[in-house]
Amino acid sequence: MSLAGGWYLGLAAILFSIGAIGLLVRRNVLIMFMCIELMLNAANLTFVTFARMLNDIGGQVLVFFVLVVAAAEVVVGLGIVVAIFRRRSTTVADDMNSLKG
Amino acid sequence: MHPTLLLLASSRPTLPDVLVFAASAAVILVGALGVVTSRNPVHAALSLVMTLFGVAVLFIEQEADFLAAVQIIVYAGAIVVLFLFVIMFLGVDRREEIEVDSLVGQRPLAFILIGLTLVGVVVMAATAHWVTGAHQVVGPIHGHITSSPTSPYGEPAQLGKQLFTTYLFAFEATAALLVIAVVGAVVLARRPPMPQDAPPEESATELSS
Repeated sequence: MSLAGGWYLGLAAILFSIGAIGLLVRRNVLIMFMCIELMLNAANLTFVTFARMLNDIGGQVLVFFVLVVAAAEVVVGLGIVVAIFRRRSTTVADDMNSLKG
Repeated sequence: MHPTLLLLASSRPTLPDVLVFAASAAVILVGALGVVTSRNPVHAALSLVMTLFGVAVLFIEQEADFLAAVQIIVYAGAIVVLFLFVIMFLGVDRREEIEVDSLVGQRPLAFILIGLTLVGVVVMAATAHWVTGAHQVVGPIHGHITSSPTSPYGEPAQLGKQLFTTYLFAFEATAALLVIAVVGAVVLARRPPMPQDAPPEESATELSS
């Protein structure tokens, strides 16, 4: 029998916080995407933990969908990064200020 | 059982379980901090792989073996490789200056707000009594997928059964989502056509090469 679910949930909360801090603090768009992946992984860990605690397969099915959405998001996001890099030669979010008034 | 008791109940974990959890937690946190603090995007991507492996180990520890395999194949095998491909393709794999706080006061504010959120979540999880905790709404993790004892048994069988019955509509919607994502990525990454300064024969050779 593995550890009580609270340990896993706490770890997931810490992982989510690290990802959120990275998303707010870093300025490189690629790193910001990786921080979003960290947050999605924290959510996945929470889903699997609750699936085990409640003995319900629904949580694991939802992890499946989160994986699909993460893959689609990364594909489109990196496509946007490539398109912006062609035009502006930068991946730093602060340099993308064409709409600034 | 009461939800709070369920959350905090110690189910007599064995020493190997504690060690596995501690090791994976350390791997996950070191990898996550590596993603946030490394200046080189390639190093950040490799730290991300570390975190993903740690999460996969915790999936196995929690009876989600199939999801652990999918996690490694999809995340480490596809998403991180895509990240590395784009990093190399754009040639941004050089050190980045991260000491500069370009938006004054944003960095300490981020730490304070996220810290408050984390503390709030932990306090809420430790004290709340409103976690519904309904058991087995969709189906058990393990078990025969039909009443016959010869039917497939275990967690992948249950996952597949629920995916193609209860969640069939969502599953079909993900198919549409993936097609849209592929088309969108192709459209976005396409080089924009420049009809005025590119003669047609040059674009033809560019296509064939």
